[in-house]
Amino acid sequence: MLSARGVTKRFPGVVALKGVDLKVARGEVVSLIGENGAGKSTLMKILAGVQKPDEGEITMDGRRLDVSSVAAAQAEGVSLIHQELNLAENLSVAANLFLGREPNRFGFMDQKTIRLEARKYLTKVGLEIDPETPLSQLSLGKQQLVEIAKALSTRAKVIIMDEPTSSLSHGEVETLFEVVRDLKEQGVSVIYVSHRLAEVMTVSDRVVVFRDGEKVGELGVGEATHEAMVRLMVGRDVSQLYQRTEHELGEPALSVKGLRTEANPDHEINLQVRAGEVVGIAGLVGAGRSEMLEAIFGMTPPLAGKVQGVLPKSPREAMSLGLAFVPEDRKKKGLILDLTVEENTSLASLKMDARGPFLNREKEKRLCREMTKALAIKTPGPWQKARFLSGGNQQKIVLAKWLALSPTVLLLDEPTRGVDIGSKEEIYQLMEKFASEGMAVLFVSSELDEIMGMADRVLVMREGRLTGELGRSDFSEEAIMNLATQS
Amino acid sequence: MKQIFGILITLIVLYIFTTVIGESFLSPFNQEQILKRTALYGLLAIGVSFVIITGGIDLSIGSVVCLVGCGIPWLVMKHGWSPAAAVTAAFLVAIMIGLLHGFLITKVKLQPFVVTLCGLLIYRGATRGFAEDQTQGFGSGYLEFRKLATGKLQITDQFGIPMPFLLLVVVGVFAWLLLNKTIWGRYLFALGNNEEAARLSGINTDRMVTLSYVICSVLAALGGLLFVLDGNSAQPGAFGNFYELYAIAAAVLGGCSLRGGSGTVLGVIIGAAVMQVLKNMINLIDWLKSHMEFLVVGVVLLVAVVADELVKRRVRRVK
Repeated sequence: MLSARGVTKRFPGVVALKGVDLKVARGEVVSLIGENGAGKSTLMKILAGVQKPDEGEITMDGRRLDVSSVAAAQAEGVSLIHQELNLAENLSVAANLFLGREPNRFGFMDQKTIRLEARKYLTKVGLEIDPETPLSQLSLGKQQLVEIAKALSTRAKVIIMDEPTSSLSHGEVETLFEVVRDLKEQGVSVIYVSHRLAEVMTVSDRVVVFRDGEKVGELGVGEATHEAMVRLMVGRDVSQLYQRTEHELGEPALSVKGLRTEANPDHEINLQVRAGEVVGIAGLVGAGRSEMLEAIFGMTPPLAGKVQGVLPKSPREAMSLGLAFVPEDRKKKGLILDLTVEENTSLASLKMDARGPFLNREKEKRLCREMTKALAIKTPGPWQKARFLSGGNQQKIVLAKWLALSPTVLLLDEPTRGVDIGSKEEIYQLMEKFASEGMAVLFVSSELDEIMGMADRVLVMREGRLTGELGRSDFSEEAIMNLATQS
Repeated sequence: MKQIFGILITLIVLYIFTTVIGESFLSPFNQEQILKRTALYGLLAIGVSFVIITGGIDLSIGSVVCLVGCGIPWLVMKHGWSPAAAVTAAFLVAIMIGLLHGFLITKVKLQPFVVTLCGLLIYRGATRGFAEDQTQGFGSGYLEFRKLATGKLQITDQFGIPMPFLLLVVVGVFAWLLLNKTIWGRYLFALGNNEEAARLSGINTDRMVTLSYVICSVLAALGGLLFVLDGNSAQPGAFGNFYELYAIAAAVLGGCSLRGGSGTVLGVIIGAAVMQVLKNMINLIDWLKSHMEFLVVGVVLLVAVVADELVKRRVRRVK
């Protein structure tokens, strides 16, 4: 029914999609999977009219579709449900459903029709709630269902779901799947984008795998095993991607005691990481993982608690305790995009190397040269602005900035988000190298493969607290997800 | 060099154009006047460019000029202070003002626009209060003191470089060193581009922002001092009116982006010079009346920023 042919999209410096084809039949659930930056979200955005393709065409039942804007795509029956829901929390469910296209009579809202229609579409997704309920009173899972009801009310023929389960509990995921199955029966097609391979196996009729902007394979129901999907996504066996060596663990290098954050003031966090140890933190989006790292690093000073025996009140203080932090959003928090590679690399160690207040340009240049080489940063030169580098190289600059201070503890928040597969491998190798040299590494990741591949030990968080700890021999997707979602 | 290319060309073109349309433009006296006025406004512009580089703004400059410009003769003439004591007091007050702005912006987290808008009102109001709205000046005395602004370094019989311009060169060199050769300068650019990332890299961003407001107020005070020594008459209700806008305009012409994170000292000085040559040009063109000055300055500023934006877009596309 829906068909995309030869879709190409270029961004400055990268080709995000290289002539991709995709077909979706009526009532079919097609999953798109791939690493970050593989092109699946670009394709999804093009289908929904968020971005315009440079080449290629999109047709429905052989008729060329106008997807030049979100509104146009919606009118053609293609709706996208974003990972971060696009709903107005303070309005009622009904108001959200018809936002911007309220049934009206001479400009006055037709409340009766709105309520009747709202109830009709809510029933279709199995929500038995009063349409006048304020949206903010619903759980995230239910809000997701409201989004789907909204898509249905636009007479969507194809609904694209972007990581729909990333903040849902186990029960809510089950409900969502039931709704997806219902949609199928009603003849609505679903394009399902997710990182969670187990879910993908359960829900889809067909799995399409992307890597580096190209479609690298399609798997039918029977063929879509975990191993087969990963091999296609990564382009090699995963065991090669995560290379860990055995080495002796040293004394505790990071100790966090009684930490209470502003986001979760009611729970105390206690943890230790030993020198040479790599500890992964798993949990759902919103479980408080980033908030914990930011508190440990003094970025959002914790309400209470001790890190290495003191309450960190600023990043400067955390740095003096030997901590370094690679934040999740490198463009907003990790880098200064309009400074050069050299200036970014030296930013944290500038003061240490300065002669009085004056910059030490020789040391700065040498540092950049050494780091570019040691971390294999690909840049045309030290003068290049960080903005123009690829995600992987940008991430390596953030690492280089901290390595210049020789930290004893490295905190990383989603270290490989938005990074191509080659750089991903290099970042894993660096994490392994730092650990083997005696650094304590604590990292947050939403990719279970990455957590299980890299960590010696996994801590799981849920609703602001640590709910469990798993040693390497106990690692499994189920065990981690149970700890992350149990209630 | 790349950053100041556009404004330098503008200055040269304007200069040649004005030379051609008015023969009196090149007279030694007129050239001295242009240098002097470039220096006076240039000092204010360098000051505000520090603030602009951090992504902030200072609207209180004109009022600080007024406070210092009226306050020094008031202290000297009415209260019998020595010029040295009055000048010291003026600079201390300017430092306090800068610290206060910095504190309100970084710790109380108020917006720079609001804080310095209040400053604009308060300092002028206070000056009109203590000076009882009377015009302040040194009368016919204190000629030696006034040499700081009226003196010049004679080059030929007819032409000398005015003292304020020499001061501008000294201040300019210090500002350039600070911005380009010290860690503080790097920190200012870094936090102007991305304050959060700078703070995360261990930079004491609050202290650096405060420093920029102190520099701005101190240079405004220096400007106020020189303006009153030069003109010898400061009317509390009018002295320094709109000077912050001249300073900001010169800084923007000189390549400072109000988004923060960019700017050069030389560019800003050239920006200040462009404004002065423009003013002179308006006087020389019959059908442009001098009361239409804002019209011309406004149009030139608009053209400059539009051109800058277009060039940047083209560069981005090429990359």
